[in-house]
Amino acid sequence: MIRDITIGQYYPADSILHRLDPRVKISCTLLYLISLFLFKSVLGYVIAGCFLAGVIWLSKVPVKFIVKGLKPIVMLLMITVIFNLFLTNEGDVLVKVWIFKITEGGLRTAVFMAIRLVFLIAGSTIMTLTTTPNALTDGIEKLLRPLNKIHVPVHEIAMMMSIALRFIPILLEETDKIMKAQIARGADLESGNIIQKAKNMIPILVPLFVSAFRRANDLAMAMEARCYRGGDGRTKMKPLVYHSRDYLSYTVMAAYLVVVVGIGRYVPFHLWIF
Amino acid sequence: MRMIQTEKLVYEYEKRDEEGNIIGSHRAINAVDVHVEPGEFVAILGHNGSGKSTLAKHMNAILTPTEGTMWVNGRDTKEPDNLWEVRQSAGMVFQNPDNQIIGTVVEEDVGFGPENLGVPTEEIWKRVEKSLEAVGMIEYRHHSPNKLSGGQKQRVAIAGVVAMEPKCIVLDEPTAMLDPNGRKEVLRAVEELRRREKVTVILITHYMEEVVDADRVIVMDQGNVVMEGTPREIFSRVEELKKYRLDVPQVTLLAYELQQRGLPLSNGILKTEELVKELCQLH
Repeated sequence: MIRDITIGQYYPADSILHRLDPRVKISCTLLYLISLFLFKSVLGYVIAGCFLAGVIWLSKVPVKFIVKGLKPIVMLLMITVIFNLFLTNEGDVLVKVWIFKITEGGLRTAVFMAIRLVFLIAGSTIMTLTTTPNALTDGIEKLLRPLNKIHVPVHEIAMMMSIALRFIPILLEETDKIMKAQIARGADLESGNIIQKAKNMIPILVPLFVSAFRRANDLAMAMEARCYRGGDGRTKMKPLVYHSRDYLSYTVMAAYLVVVVGIGRYVPFHLWIF
Repeated sequence: MRMIQTEKLVYEYEKRDEEGNIIGSHRAINAVDVHVEPGEFVAILGHNGSGKSTLAKHMNAILTPTEGTMWVNGRDTKEPDNLWEVRQSAGMVFQNPDNQIIGTVVEEDVGFGPENLGVPTEEIWKRVEKSLEAVGMIEYRHHSPNKLSGGQKQRVAIAGVVAMEPKCIVLDEPTAMLDPNGRKEVLRAVEELRRREKVTVILITHYMEEVVDADRVIVMDQGNVVMEGTPREIFSRVEELKKYRLDVPQVTLLAYELQQRGLPLSNGILKTEELVKELCQLH
């Protein structure tokens, strides 16, 4: 279960998406996420979905991988859907059981919210799957560089992020191992109420933290041994340079935004088919 | 100029009680004098707690001596101004392959060192290619290190150090966490490096089999250098090695036992073929 989380994992392949400048991917992902909240008509969702599908197809990442990345948010999705379903009071009442009632508006918000969340996660997953964390950090570092002037340690933040990303799979594997080891010693992780379950996690979290600190210590030593001394005077193996494909992507993104916003604004809300 | 030289090197750990007050000190290294010539392959052997890893960490200026001096490539490691030069001239490979790989793609990790040194981009690519080739990992350059075996990860770590073009590579128990196959892979990579780059190698280990090809072996025990010589000289002193809780290679032990029972074999046999040859000549 724990290995299913694909956020922060890179899927090596040779696609146009992999070759894009990380700055393009970061800003476009951000714009895409914002765009999801700019329309309300069903057509908007269709276009956003098609755009996402096109990007996934271009990325050559198996759809299976992205679906796997969605699994961990199923719970969150359910909660959002249920809350929206029962707490929105809008339009005709469709079903009514005791004090619970489902209204048309509630159903609509719930379904749309779920789709939005799925698009949101899939959109950001596709970015991390096609961008190596190092490239990602390089992109963030470059995008945030202006903040250096107000003494924000941009390079350090970027480096910390890239290391965190690198260690996610390692620590997940370790969690898996510790869980198995504790189960083998009779730890009960399944039964009891929520509080008991949380308490049962202690024998997993404590060794995990200890090991994470030990790893951090080792890694810091290894980095120093390889002459790491912060961002000053450092050169780049893969410096960021915009190519024509990057400008093209920006153009495509702009076109998508115009279409989606246009639809959100001008296509009337009641073109709603259900 | 010697690659590495120490003079009366002492390193003390502070022992602290639960409140963090110093309650005493422990001497990890006790007035050690060692030297390594350029191009030499020196193995440092020792049981747990013998001070061999502490000594290794001095060669990279991760630790600095409490007393005495350590020179790496003629530079005193105690001088803060020398720090980066020392670290560039003596590259270090650590025990745990997972905890020393920084990049998420093999080639990016190998490029990390040269990036830190401020090497121009084109040169970084050349170095990355060359070092990955030297350790036989070039076909894995676009892979994620998480999907490699232990031996492969360790070879990537070695390539990462080689890309910094050090004069000397210090390997601190590089095989301790590997299976026998991974161990062989790493040793073969080190051998290949020595052949190609003529680089000085200092191998710290407690596996005796790994040191038979070394030019010189240094045995440490409780912070002191207790034996020094060629592998043949060292391995012929089986009883003494046992005293320091070190196991001689199986062949050497067998030859030694046979010798004890009266067979006229020569001292310090290191390889199976040697023993076979000698046994065949007996009759």
